[in-house]
Amino acid sequence: MTPKRVFPPAIRRRHVLGGAGAFVLAAILPAGRSRGAGMLVEDATASFAPNAYIRIGSDNVITMILPNIEMGQGIYTSSVMLMAEELGIDPQSVRIEAAPPGGGAEITGGSTSSMTEWMPLRQAGATARTMLQQAAAARWSCAPDACVALDGYITGPAGQRLSYGELAADAAKLPVPKNVALKTPAQFRLIGRPMHRLDSQVKVDGQATFGIDVQVPGQKVGAVAACPVIGGHVGHVDTQAALKIRGVVAVLQIDDAVCVVADHYWAARKGLAALDVQWVEGPNAAVDTQAIYRQLEGGLSGPAILADHHGDARQAITHAHGRYSAIYRQPLLAHATMEPINCTIHVRPDGCDIWTGTQVAERARDTTAEVTGLPKDKIKLHSQYIGGGFGRRLEHEYVTQAARFGRQVSYPLKIIWSREEDITRDRFRPAYLDHLEAGLDERGYITGLTHRIVGPAVVARWEPSGLSANGYDDDLSVGTVITPYTYPAYRLEFARREPPGVITAWWRGVGGTRGLFVVEGFIDELARRADIDPVAYRREMVRNNPRALAVLERAARESGWGTPLPPNCGRGVALQFAFGSYLATVVEVEMPALHDVRIRRVTCAVDCGQVINPDQIIAQIEGGLIFGFSAALYNEITLEKGRVQQDNFHTWRVMRMNEAPKRIDVHLIESTESPGGIGETGTAAAAPALANAMAAVQKRRYRILPLLSALNQPSGHEKEQQG
Amino acid sequence: MLTLQINGKSVEVDVDPDTPLLWVLRDVLGMTGTKYGCGIAECGVCTVHVDGSPVRSCSLPVGLIGSQKVITTIEGLQADPVAAAVRKAWLDIDVVQCGYCQPGQIMAAIALLKKIPNPTDEQIEADMSGNLCRCGTYMRIRAAIRNVAAAQGVNP
Repeated sequence: MTPKRVFPPAIRRRHVLGGAGAFVLAAILPAGRSRGAGMLVEDATASFAPNAYIRIGSDNVITMILPNIEMGQGIYTSSVMLMAEELGIDPQSVRIEAAPPGGGAEITGGSTSSMTEWMPLRQAGATARTMLQQAAAARWSCAPDACVALDGYITGPAGQRLSYGELAADAAKLPVPKNVALKTPAQFRLIGRPMHRLDSQVKVDGQATFGIDVQVPGQKVGAVAACPVIGGHVGHVDTQAALKIRGVVAVLQIDDAVCVVADHYWAARKGLAALDVQWVEGPNAAVDTQAIYRQLEGGLSGPAILADHHGDARQAITHAHGRYSAIYRQPLLAHATMEPINCTIHVRPDGCDIWTGTQVAERARDTTAEVTGLPKDKIKLHSQYIGGGFGRRLEHEYVTQAARFGRQVSYPLKIIWSREEDITRDRFRPAYLDHLEAGLDERGYITGLTHRIVGPAVVARWEPSGLSANGYDDDLSVGTVITPYTYPAYRLEFARREPPGVITAWWRGVGGTRGLFVVEGFIDELARRADIDPVAYRREMVRNNPRALAVLERAARESGWGTPLPPNCGRGVALQFAFGSYLATVVEVEMPALHDVRIRRVTCAVDCGQVINPDQIIAQIEGGLIFGFSAALYNEITLEKGRVQQDNFHTWRVMRMNEAPKRIDVHLIESTESPGGIGETGTAAAAPALANAMAAVQKRRYRILPLLSALNQPSGHEKEQQG
Repeated sequence: MLTLQINGKSVEVDVDPDTPLLWVLRDVLGMTGTKYGCGIAECGVCTVHVDGSPVRSCSLPVGLIGSQKVITTIEGLQADPVAAAVRKAWLDIDVVQCGYCQPGQIMAAIALLKKIPNPTDEQIEADMSGNLCRCGTYMRIRAAIRNVAAAQGVNP
């Protein structure tokens, strides 16, 4: 999703937590321990806390403070597995807390969690285990090596046995060792074996507390409406009718939004409906979707940033045996997490508490400090379960908005965006145009490839320091520069165009999702132009890349690639190296009619390096694919007169169970490489594999998303020249 | 004052009769297991049972329910054997990801399995396709429902 380099080095996350009296959030209590999930607890004693991640109490309660926030990706479970593996305890016995701002990852996103936490969390567990062994050795006057750590107990050479809790006080007095031994893969008891998620029980019981579920004594609930045109502001407001609604207690205003506050959300909604607001729509009042695409089309020619190159691709194309080019187009996409945007805040003269789901806890805290004028250390952010992230909660503007409303009242205020507000005021995955041109040899293989991306640089707004010196956004390299293929000559250009009237943002697999649809579609076109089987064509392109070749061969074999299919059916393949993982995907579709797509079967082979929890890798790919199919077929956002035209699930369509694939098979390739990211890989694979399957059935290209767009006509943008 | 039968208890609430059941549950009674997703009965995360049938509580005004109908929410099925079987199946195959839609999915699945103990894939899709999941857990929801049917011995 975002370039890795904007993420802080792992070492920065390892500060020690607040110690005695620190106010932290027990995000979940595992199955069997308690159903009182999501309750605030006081960290009564610091006990034995050798690092920011682990606390062992003399009561034998082992608490793990997790740096990355849980939003469905299973990171709580895999993080606990990593620490429990080295510490020598049962993961199911662990109490879990979400780290407060400053104590955990500054950002959860970009499929980087497993990559960045693989070593630090294991080291944290090993450090604690080593100190417990040392404490036991001192008691028994033996060598620490003679003390075995297993299942929460240290056992001595003479059969002595003490629980970790009994040793906690002694261990706490020891210096923290710098270098500790980690297990070898052959010694793993947890890593690499399937484990049930630790957060499932509270979620199936309906007891998990998401941000929207937070109940603070004395809280009121606000329904929010912001100016429907980005850049506009509130004009005249008549509050009379709204204040007459039973239960309404206040109408609040900030420059671009209003909030009707009531005893409960329905009264607030009625109050908002009754409120008479005139909007001053501002400079974007005439923006429509066509204006955004016209702007992008302007970037197809003229100056651009040279993002990456090797060899002389233009020369190679000029002198090639054949030439082929295509233009691809992708729309704005919304996130629409199932949990609509919300935030609860209590601003007081001397401090502030925030309860919300966020992928950027520090940013959320810092913006509240700016709005309220309070020092950062007076602001407590209590991270809640996230009802879907997908990049949406890498934005924190809803926390800023809550703070601006919340500072106007004395009581705790929960703001809830209606689904309509959530979609129309979303920050969208950008629209893009991509122009590719290839020079081809006699057999039809690439001699040189030029690729121009036209669109915004999301990182420029989100993290300006992430923009390279020449104005390039590294996120655009996923699926383009970062690829399993080696081109004899290559040139990637970026013509930056920031669209009017919308704010663009991250989205599940944004760079890879964008890049792979284009590149894997184009390679499929080249294969068919050369009359070579698309798998065989790719096999030749990755013949020197064993990990890519292995996933391609496995997916082809498992999917029955090349075997006969019923009428109106076809298969499409996509191959990728993205987020540190290799994935090959074969989609099999049936198209009884031109506008009727049924996904019969999906087969994936994945090599994501060392696997922590294999079943959750499979779950992420299954879910990621379905998220990606939703976007490939539906999910487009359009604008008219500056306003977003889709506002709820009846106009903004999401894949349902009856449209989901009948079957998804995910095959894991054993690997000892470092763990790669997985949360976004399936999403990135979905559109190209589906488009290539549809192309196989219809004998036409699908270069425009959504795939069923009437713009995907047989002629399309196709252009072929024999050189 | 309106009287409602919720999870075996008679409850009096003082709200306008047009208030959807969802907001009475969540904001008046503090029962937050039932979720808000769309407000227009399109996504199913607010699913509860009224007299055993799945109902979208976001679009059901409390004034229309009456004092005799039996309302059951995700919090009210701790002792129900079908609910227990559904939860076990959900845990066994790790259906859950973010989990926000799952109370609604589980309520829809329980209603389906009480009506049809051994549903076909078509019947599963017919009853479950009103429940959206952005994490894309549909494959496992289908499998979990099949597992419940199998565990109850009604599936060969």
